[in-house]
Amino acid sequence: MNIVIITRRELTTFFLSPIAYVAGAIFLFVTGLFFYFTVAVDGQAGLGQVFSIMAVMLLLLAPILTMRLLAAETQSGTLELLFTLPIRNAEIVVGKFMAAFLFFLAILTPTALYVFILTWFGSPYLPAIIVGYMGLILLAAMLLSIGLLASAIAANQFVAATATIVTVAAVWIIGSLGLPYTDTPGAGFGYLTIQEHLTYFMVGLINVTDIIYFISITVAALFLTTRVLELRRWH
Amino acid sequence: MINVQNLTKYYGPKMALNDVSFHVDRREILGFLGPNGAGKTTTMRILTAFTPPSAGIVKVDGYDVFTHSLEVRRQIGYLPESVPLYLDMTVREYLDYAAALRQVSPADKRISRTLEQVDLEAWAGTRIGKLPRGIRRRVGIAQAILHNPAVVILDEPTLGLDPKQIMDIRRFIRDLSGEHTVILSTNILSEVEQLCNRVLIINKGRIVAEDTPARLIARLEGGERIRLQTQHTPPQALDMLQALPPVARVQKIQNNVFEIEFIADSECRTMVAELVVQQGWGLLELRAIDASLEDVFLELTGESEKQG
Repeated sequence: MNIVIITRRELTTFFLSPIAYVAGAIFLFVTGLFFYFTVAVDGQAGLGQVFSIMAVMLLLLAPILTMRLLAAETQSGTLELLFTLPIRNAEIVVGKFMAAFLFFLAILTPTALYVFILTWFGSPYLPAIIVGYMGLILLAAMLLSIGLLASAIAANQFVAATATIVTVAAVWIIGSLGLPYTDTPGAGFGYLTIQEHLTYFMVGLINVTDIIYFISITVAALFLTTRVLELRRWH
Repeated sequence: MINVQNLTKYYGPKMALNDVSFHVDRREILGFLGPNGAGKTTTMRILTAFTPPSAGIVKVDGYDVFTHSLEVRRQIGYLPESVPLYLDMTVREYLDYAAALRQVSPADKRISRTLEQVDLEAWAGTRIGKLPRGIRRRVGIAQAILHNPAVVILDEPTLGLDPKQIMDIRRFIRDLSGEHTVILSTNILSEVEQLCNRVLIINKGRIVAEDTPARLIARLEGGERIRLQTQHTPPQALDMLQALPPVARVQKIQNNVFEIEFIADSECRTMVAELVVQQGWGLLELRAIDASLEDVFLELTGESEKQG
């Protein structure tokens, strides 16, 4: 119940926030541009490449959506208020995470138009598109949870956003340290990297390990966020 | 209602509270008095289950703040010193949000009643970011009493307000007595004298005194002090006054004005009067000086030595 109340409050703030709209608009504009190129220029009836661009855009969108969520409460002192209300840290964390996640889904919804356009003019392979969306949504959950964690740790929003981008970019490229040498110890990095797990979704393949990868990191980041909040009480 | 036993709090290696014990009765208004950094806010943060104690037992209505933190928080309304508010919300939205998280029902009725209680009806639709400071403080108080809590804790409720706003806030606090147990902190002494049934004077993380304001003052008034003003006095007047048997100490405040401390005997006033008349100094004023809570405070917190 408390989760719903917090989610509703944060969602309202998102819908009233110019930054969230601008970020969402840029996300849609760039992905729309790439949709145009793949369909009109390359003549493909698929969203594989568009999904890849969406994934890259998400690396920037997620920190913008999450940076405010906890850092602003720390900055303004309202965290003291939340901490003395009869609600659990986990409820605060999940409530805020859900708000960012739902707002992302709202931004993503207009892209359903691409699917309509494809089915209208061509015959795309729909299951692949659905799997692609699944991958994108799982990725979003993971990136938003990492962003929320950074927002809990950082003293202010901009530090939170920067920390998120750096962390996520590191996880994005860490795989390239190991990938070319699959028989070296560095190969372990391959499992950690985002690309490795995203690729299969983008081409329409569901892999249980990939799902576990995204969900486990999401849950871990959210759990760590509750612990960081707990630490804030102790100073 | 509130029971604190041997409470100690460390922030890292720094000791903020040192073996503090006290209790608060139901419907009492208790004042925490002390210089900045004495431990008032820390004590309040522990009572509100914001921060856990390092050692000791703190119970609110029988619930331990550490093991039953949620139950404690349900009993308490808290206005932190920084008056944290969501500036993007209107007063009403803010109270709606707080009411929802506190599961106040029926929320609308309670909110209207609270707005009325702290005189905020006219501001209900205004964005909090646009409100003047005194009104914001009232919004904070509204949030603290919204759920009709058994205990209301107010950290420096009048800090930084103008005299009119201070009077308003004090009136609201006075209205709370009888229905709620109230704890407030301040470093304004007159506030404690006006509002509180009982005072805890805290200094350097310890309770240095605990009593009613009146009795704390009486405690300091062991002897008697008078103020004497004459038309003119010779240089040796100070010594002559000092020579009177019941006089403990004489201080020359300014020309022809003395403060005389006795060893507790009201007869001495006549002796001083006689001396002045005998010497023809021209008596202008002779009156007893009451010790104020200020004196008690300075004495107990050791500030008086510094000021000589």
